[in-house]
Amino acid sequence: MCVSENIDGKQWHDEAKGKVFKYGSNVDTDVIIPARYLNVSDARLLAAHCMEDIDGHFAGAVAPGDYIVAAHNFGCGSSREHAPRAILASGIRCVIACSFARIFYRNAINIGLPIIECPEAASAIAYGDVIGVDFETGEIYNYTQNTTYKGQGFPPFIQNMIAHGGLVEATKRTLAELAKGGTGHA
Amino acid sequence: MGMTMTQKILAAHAGLVRVNAGQLIEAKLDLCMGNDITAPVAIEAFEALGVGGVFDRQKIALVPDHFTPNKDIASATQCQKMRQFAKDHHIEHYFEVGRMGIEHGLIPEKGLVVAGDVVIGADSHTCTFGAVGAFSTGVGSTDLGAAMATGKCWFKVPHAQQWILTGKPKPWVSGKDVMLHIIGRIGVEGARYQSMEFVGEGIAHLSMDDRFAMANMAIEAGAKNGIFPVDDRTIQYLEAQAQRLGTVYSADADAVYTAVHTLDLGEIPPTVAFPHLPDNTMSAQAASLKEIAIDQVVIGSCTNGRLEDLRVAAKLMAGKQVHSQVRAIVVPITQQVYLEAMAEGLLEVFIRAGAVVSTPTCGPCLGGHMGVLAKGERALSTTNRNFVGRMGHPESEVYLCSPAVAAVSAIAGKIVDPQDQWLASANQELGGAQYVCK
Repeated sequence: MCVSENIDGKQWHDEAKGKVFKYGSNVDTDVIIPARYLNVSDARLLAAHCMEDIDGHFAGAVAPGDYIVAAHNFGCGSSREHAPRAILASGIRCVIACSFARIFYRNAINIGLPIIECPEAASAIAYGDVIGVDFETGEIYNYTQNTTYKGQGFPPFIQNMIAHGGLVEATKRTLAELAKGGTGHA
Repeated sequence: MGMTMTQKILAAHAGLVRVNAGQLIEAKLDLCMGNDITAPVAIEAFEALGVGGVFDRQKIALVPDHFTPNKDIASATQCQKMRQFAKDHHIEHYFEVGRMGIEHGLIPEKGLVVAGDVVIGADSHTCTFGAVGAFSTGVGSTDLGAAMATGKCWFKVPHAQQWILTGKPKPWVSGKDVMLHIIGRIGVEGARYQSMEFVGEGIAHLSMDDRFAMANMAIEAGAKNGIFPVDDRTIQYLEAQAQRLGTVYSADADAVYTAVHTLDLGEIPPTVAFPHLPDNTMSAQAASLKEIAIDQVVIGSCTNGRLEDLRVAAKLMAGKQVHSQVRAIVVPITQQVYLEAMAEGLLEVFIRAGAVVSTPTCGPCLGGHMGVLAKGERALSTTNRNFVGRMGHPESEVYLCSPAVAAVSAIAGKIVDPQDQWLASANQELGGAQYVCK
């Protein structure tokens, strides 16, 4: 396992390193995955068209472990869960934005796509920068600019859901507890 | 500190005396809903849970409305999956092609949502049902899958904005214009994560169809839900459509709002949203000065495919011809509205004017089928989104407007203002009848 050290003396795992695809505000789910491709639900097929209408290079250039960084209201518009699923299937490790639209936010949590709200990072990070994210601390390190940002962590309820693998796994646990005669509340 | 109308509904469904904004709760659902795009993914999530059956076969609605009648083999396969699920689980409210409608028109029409309900739908425009005083909001497919198993959903209790509506809309100004105006004022994330609670004496001048259009577009301001108080008009509507009336909630006098906006409906002009965001608005008057030629007009969708919408469009198109360079497509929201429009002679007006009349479908709104745009083409549409590529090619354009603006512009071949072009003559012909005040 490779580690590198930054100015803060913190050790970063190299496998957290990825390059950034940077976008502006109000990236809607129609451009993340256009409706003309929604006649299928297989995330791998959807990934081939991810971001196509605003960035024709994305699908060809994205590699596992890369990041999407955007400004405000990322994921606005349609509730289509195909959008975060296409991003996840593209290999994106995490989406960082100043803010997220509500339905996208809950969809990302429900399917296990990590997202971080961090206006400071979202503003400073540029297209093509190489960054890393530590999910435990919410820290974002920019290798290109040699800077660190602190993202906002999830509330405990949501952390718990992500830790259990998203809504399906969390619901399975609740149902199992109910079957045993418990309250169903973790 | 009191609760908002939305907070009271959520508290009641979470079994709590009170809730506070920001609190995470689990609420019981009165209905959960999916369509042919979102349900197949939800069914996979449901099956991954490994439960035997759905929580309540009468509280799930499945509507094949997006790519139907099936536009291609892949869409047909998705519909087949949803149909089979409905059959396997004896889902009572599955609506087959020929008996369906666009879900956000169909569900209230069938009386499946009433005042005080909590409803989720795997479709962002589920917020439409706030028009009848229900809490309803869009979620994703995984949420729907889990809800079909448990009958519950997790929510973060929203903060709220209060919108005090006063005055009376001018002729040819509809709920759509009011909402476009509001979105233009606060922006596409102006109500992000929040409820938009509408109150005030101006609401008496808004028909149910106006209110549906307004609640429908709360999502375009980023809102979690938009909600109207229950008044005589709501009760009359629910009595006509539903077997039950539900529970009437209203906000406490000391409820806390993040913002209180006052809006005089009489000041709102016919409004158009320019590409590529719904908040990029200006008056139809100002838009008309820009001489914007259009290739296609769509009158329909979950926002504006209701009977009143078709009536106003027909009034303005009667005896006239759609401009030679324009394709006009009219999509009634449900089979029932289709029938009523036929009985009133509205469909004949459209067809004689040279417009297409389609079976109910979401098709053109999201660039699915029934009116997809080519590169460089421009549509004026009564739908709800004008994002890049929304209606087809990423280099096409969508302008959003009311049925009145769409109808007069279809005739003119460019964006025009109904107050400008038609007010005098139309008012004379109609004996001064006004669209918004019946």
